[in-house]
Amino acid sequence: MEAAIRSERAARGRERASRSHHEPSFVRKYIFSTDHKVIGIQYLLTSLFMALVGGSMAMLVRLQLAWPGKAWPVLGAVFPDAFRDGVMRPDFYYALVTMHGTIMVFFVLTTILSGGFGNYLIPLQIGAGDMAFPVLNMVSYWLVPPAIIVLMAAFFVEGGAPGSGWTAYAPLSAVEGSAPGSGLGQTLWLISLALLMVSFLMGSLNYITTVLNLRARGMAMLRLPLTVWALFVAAILSLLSFPVLTAAAVMLLFDRHFGTSFFLPEGLVVGGRALEVSGGDPLLWQHLFWFLGHPEVYIIIVPAMGIVSEVLATHARKPVFGYRFMVGSLMAIAFLSFLVWGHHMFTSGMHPLLGTAFMTTTLIIAVPSAVKTFNWLATLWRARIRFTSAMLFAIGFVSLFVTGGLTGMVLGSPAANTYFHDTYFVVAHFHLVMGSAALFGVFAGIYHWFPKMFGRLMNEGLGRLHFWLTFVGVYATFFPMHFLGAAGMMRRVFSPQVYGFLQQLEPLNVAITASALGLGLAQFLFVYNFGYSLFRGARAGRNPWQATTLEWYAPSPPPHGNWDEAPPVVHRWPYDYSLPGAGEDFVPQTAPEPAVVLAGGAPAGGAAGGGEGA
Amino acid sequence: MSSLEATETRQPVASEWSGGRAPFGVSTYKFGMWLFLMADAMTFGGLLAGYGMARLASATWPRATEIFGIELVGLMTLVLIASSGAMALAVDGAKQGDRTRLIRFLTLTVLGGATFLGLQAYEWSRFTAGGAGLASNPWGVPLFSGSFFVITGFHGLHVLSGVIYLTVALLMARRGGLTAGGTEIAGLYWHFVDLVWVAIFTLFYLI
Repeated sequence: MEAAIRSERAARGRERASRSHHEPSFVRKYIFSTDHKVIGIQYLLTSLFMALVGGSMAMLVRLQLAWPGKAWPVLGAVFPDAFRDGVMRPDFYYALVTMHGTIMVFFVLTTILSGGFGNYLIPLQIGAGDMAFPVLNMVSYWLVPPAIIVLMAAFFVEGGAPGSGWTAYAPLSAVEGSAPGSGLGQTLWLISLALLMVSFLMGSLNYITTVLNLRARGMAMLRLPLTVWALFVAAILSLLSFPVLTAAAVMLLFDRHFGTSFFLPEGLVVGGRALEVSGGDPLLWQHLFWFLGHPEVYIIIVPAMGIVSEVLATHARKPVFGYRFMVGSLMAIAFLSFLVWGHHMFTSGMHPLLGTAFMTTTLIIAVPSAVKTFNWLATLWRARIRFTSAMLFAIGFVSLFVTGGLTGMVLGSPAANTYFHDTYFVVAHFHLVMGSAALFGVFAGIYHWFPKMFGRLMNEGLGRLHFWLTFVGVYATFFPMHFLGAAGMMRRVFSPQVYGFLQQLEPLNVAITASALGLGLAQFLFVYNFGYSLFRGARAGRNPWQATTLEWYAPSPPPHGNWDEAPPVVHRWPYDYSLPGAGEDFVPQTAPEPAVVLAGGAPAGGAAGGGEGA
Repeated sequence: MSSLEATETRQPVASEWSGGRAPFGVSTYKFGMWLFLMADAMTFGGLLAGYGMARLASATWPRATEIFGIELVGLMTLVLIASSGAMALAVDGAKQGDRTRLIRFLTLTVLGGATFLGLQAYEWSRFTAGGAGLASNPWGVPLFSGSFFVITGFHGLHVLSGVIYLTVALLMARRGGLTAGGTEIAGLYWHFVDLVWVAIFTLFYLI
């Protein structure tokens, strides 16, 4: 009886297997696909496109800051509503600042790191055939394009796009007429983010379940590559923090359209009109927003940290230093990120004692961050480094993370924060530590995994040139902003030269804009390299970097279902590089332990297996 | 100890976490539901924290007992908790393979949810007839009624989704297509919605 059932099951399995050999239609394969690799690449390309959009907005912002009041007849012809006689209008400037921030944070860095790399890498690196919920995964991606369309539509409606910043502080975002774009534009912004929140919920639910339940045989948690650990931790952050923003968004929508006053205090006067509201508190929005907002910056930077750890080890041909500490510090950072939101609100009106508490938790984050930084440096120490494009960007990440992170210590002190709050010092800080560093993580990841995704290598010469131009460009653009901030230049100011004490900063502002334009232009090298390599790059083969993790065990690009041979079985931790006495300088995770014999005959597994490489 | 046992204990025991299996011993879908409920709990947490902050910051706050009819709300709560009990019995029926029991108690659960919604609609209508709305409250601070409608409304939407979800499950059960696992997952959602109601009931009506 049992045998009969088993043979019937086997027959059904064969039938399913033969059915899966049927080539799916173009639409099912590339558009409404449930394959995690296709979805990952969809996220990747969508985010890169949005990076161009958001980056162009930054260029317009920089034009205004360097040469306020200058007429740009060509731009005026392209955007007739945004420029008056070729001169940028203030409301358009605020719309640009808001949309640049929103796009870069939510629609570029979050979508590309969690959506792009998360989808592509998690199943491959844990040895699974696909995600736990493939259909949910497809829906999660397909909520993003509508969210983008709704967001961009804000530019074309009455009143234009919102000008309340990516943080949408109430009451600017809560009362129509309180700021340019606070009408329909702000509502569209909220709807767009609501769509994105649903998408992220589905995504993070999927990543967590996949990592826990679908690991290949032998893939113990402490054998997971650090990329997977980082994406897993980021997914937990995302799952727990975005719903709070959902709650805040619901309340804001009711404040805007249905007459409640959660965020509107008594006696509020907007545009000379006293509002009939009472009882609310704009600080409530700030609390709820930053309860998401601060974990959100870690949802971005943590996956970048994971990618960088992976790339550093592979191209340095050394085990990651302190694997367990790398995992532990990720968890510590994630946990602490829920306890620091108040450091965004030191000057919003906060009891000094509470401020001190938030300062303490904020400064404690420096400890796990320093653990990571020193472990990266120790991984590089005395390594035979291969200076590939991916490696250069990973090293650049470490540099930017340190530079930007140190100013975080300055801003974390309430006393210093009182001076620096809402100045360009803050702009410099987060563009270095979270914007640029995360972007460097993205570039390192793309140069590293492009061969796996598309089966071809990217051009290394162009890649290195892209790195050097970007590295110099980022520092030349964002580092001088510290000086602007220290000199008192306000964040989001439309025309700094209106203020006497800021006029001396004009040459610096012009220099920053020049670097920013150069930095922007340098990215076209990457776009060209990406497009060229897609069709003309050298064939990559399975494992072009001689890496150990499971994705390199699959063909490049991997077929539907990922594994052309038997699904992998894992026998060791992911960083067996340069094992003394081993034949090659890397031992794949799939290699059985006795297969590698050290000099002297001791099995390698005892020395370095199981993640005790630290 | 026999020698056979000794060799067996020396075999490396594959732990729950060493890959190739689900560590918590729950199905992927059930685990996904747990994660969804954690996220949803954070949404309610955000809303209730907002309500708490508004209430603490307000100089005056209406006394709940003067506004709400505690009998009606008590009945609503009782109905919802009873429906949770019925849901547990339905899950039990599904596990025993007793389809009649499953269908009977699932029907009762759906009826309980629908009754709750009906009573809530009645309560809302009584409340609005007295002049309360999102922006107005005849008994004092408007934020009281604003947060009341938003939060109980958000919860009511969850109950409505649950009633639809369980109705679909019921139709599947009648055709024999509902597994014990599927019933249990639906039950998780339903118990969560009830649990949230207990929090709302406490925070709005009791204290």
